[in-house]
Amino acid sequence: MLVDIENLRIAFESNGKRFEAVRGVSFKLEARQKLGIVGESGSGKSITARALMRLLPPQAQVTADRMRFDGIDIQSQSEREMRKLRGGRAGFILQDPKYSLNPVKTIGNQIAEAWRTHNKGGKKEAREAALDLLEQVMIRDPKRVLDAYPHEISGGMGQRAMIAMMLAPNPTLLIADEPTSALDASVEAEILRLIDELVDTRNMGLLLISHDLPLVSHFCDKVSVMYMGQVMEELAAGELAQAKHPYTQGLLNCLPSLDHPRTDLPVLTRDPSWLEEKAQ
Amino acid sequence: MNQRAKSFAATLGSVLVTLFGLSVITFMIGRVMPVDPVLAAVGDNAPADVVAAARAAMGLDDPLVVQYWSYISNVLQGDLGQSVLTRNPVVSDIAHYFPATLEMATLALILATLLGVPAGIVAAVKRGSLTDQIIRVVCIAGHSVPVFVLALLGLLIFYVGLDLVPGPGRQGFIYDGMVPTVTGILLIDSLLAGDMGAFWDAAHHLALPVLILAYFSMAYITRMTRAFMLDALKGEFIISARAKGLSGWKVVMGHAFPNVAVQLITVLALTYAGLLEGAVITETVFAWPGLGQYLTTALMNGDMNPVVGTTLVIGAIYVGLNLLADILYRVFDPRVK
Ligand SMILES: Nc1ncnc2c1ncn2[C@@H]1O[C@H](COP(=O)(O)OP(=O)(O)OP(=O)(O)O)[C@@H](O)[C@H]1O
Ligand SMILES: [Mg+2]
Repeated sequence: MLVDIENLRIAFESNGKRFEAVRGVSFKLEARQKLGIVGESGSGKSITARALMRLLPPQAQVTADRMRFDGIDIQSQSEREMRKLRGGRAGFILQDPKYSLNPVKTIGNQIAEAWRTHNKGGKKEAREAALDLLEQVMIRDPKRVLDAYPHEISGGMGQRAMIAMMLAPNPTLLIADEPTSALDASVEAEILRLIDELVDTRNMGLLLISHDLPLVSHFCDKVSVMYMGQVMEELAAGELAQAKHPYTQGLLNCLPSLDHPRTDLPVLTRDPSWLEEKAQ
Repeated sequence: MNQRAKSFAATLGSVLVTLFGLSVITFMIGRVMPVDPVLAAVGDNAPADVVAAARAAMGLDDPLVVQYWSYISNVLQGDLGQSVLTRNPVVSDIAHYFPATLEMATLALILATLLGVPAGIVAAVKRGSLTDQIIRVVCIAGHSVPVFVLALLGLLIFYVGLDLVPGPGRQGFIYDGMVPTVTGILLIDSLLAGDMGAFWDAAHHLALPVLILAYFSMAYITRMTRAFMLDALKGEFIISARAKGLSGWKVVMGHAFPNVAVQLITVLALTYAGLLEGAVITETVFAWPGLGQYLTTALMNGDMNPVVGTTLVIGAIYVGLNLLADILYRVFDPRVK
């Protein structure tokens, strides 16, 4: 079992008010399995993924009955051991390469740094490894990109560089938090295909976060649908049509379809009772 | 590349405009001050025809534009006129007094940077902690109390009260004039002369003014560093640096700090300019024989050429430091390229 989370809760406290952003999320991910997490903005997808890598700010209060990665209890790890996991056994791809790459460091240095953090080797070897990784993510003109700064390359290339950086130490799990929502639609498909291929050839598990339900179900084995910090429903990717939960059905109905064009998209309805029935 | 050259040309243009404005203002100071340069030159009791002749000889009957032209061409040739008080050319007076100011301001800047930048980083990383609070409290006095009050308090405590530092001035009188002037920087000149006694004497005299100025500047540098760092630490690239498995320290110094270093250059340049400019006040309190004191003395005595010349030089230094910050910014920030 690669990831095993049971009853994860994340709360923030500000001005004495407590806000529970994630309320009892559970999911499991087997090795080489691909899990998609979908849900509307603010439903708690990103902080769930960050909690797994213990990347949340200190004011976040995280509790869980169980939170394991590769059999390791995340909650009891020391910060030092967590650093070995981060990047080493789990790569984390963020949303927008414009902000997630350091603007004042070259792409090559940022990838080499990731490599050196988890491998033994000198500067020269790290640079060669970085070039090799850039070739693996099939970036155009890898030699130029190596010495380029993030603002000098396109968003799609930036995201490829980001992927290369996270692959540097050969992780067993790849977490991608909306890796394409900042990119053009045409680039989006390329990047997703690249991630898909890399996950397959390297035998990694994948946690793909998105708000695009059909897209996620196309790339993943199963899909978790989140709403207001809870998992509404978990489905095998092929069974979307059989979705039982009204929220999932609502998400699906809200999609414009080319086959059956309609003038008005239905408004997504939300029912407070969904949350109560889960909380019992 | 082309755009880069263009924006640099724009900067240079604005520098030239500023310098022109500065020259006009200093020129006007010389005209509107309630001091008659003719009387200052020939004496209060000179007969009317002598005054009129001197007035014509000094070109003061010419139209303002002509007067400005002759002023600016003199300035460009390095001629700032003569001081009535010292009877020296203003340029050589400035060359004589400036090193004292430079020595004090430079040491203060170095000390303030060495203390302020790390303090600001620590305060940002440990935001809200006791350490942050302590740093904040230490800095509050530094930027809310005027520097001359700090200086007077410093003298009261460390000179009058504890007798830890020598009194006002730059040198004990037994060392006065003992070290040949090479750079005008006493610490360097005394070392060049191999006179350790003079060196320690100069250092001893520098201690209090430098500490006060450094404290004052440190407060500002710390506050700015903290604000810049807090901003940088919020960046998404900090999450990705941590997600790579880097240690907290490497994230702070290797990823957050390089992002603020460039902004800090500007802060340091402005601080330095402020220290040189602020010398007018501190040097009076410490009886420091520098440019500020030269200016104050001239002002009190209605000696206009030194006033105009010194103001021009301090203004030009200010503009020069701003230009330097701008150039460094272009060199060090890859995003500007
Ligand atoms: N540091 C924080 N302090 C307070 N609240 C936070 C913090 N980080 C996240 N939250 C809150 O947690 C909730 C979930 O945030 P999260 O970023 O996980 O949403 P998301 O599902 O990823 O949304 P999106 O699709 O917009 O990325 C939001 O309501 C957000 O306001
Ligand atoms: Mg998110």
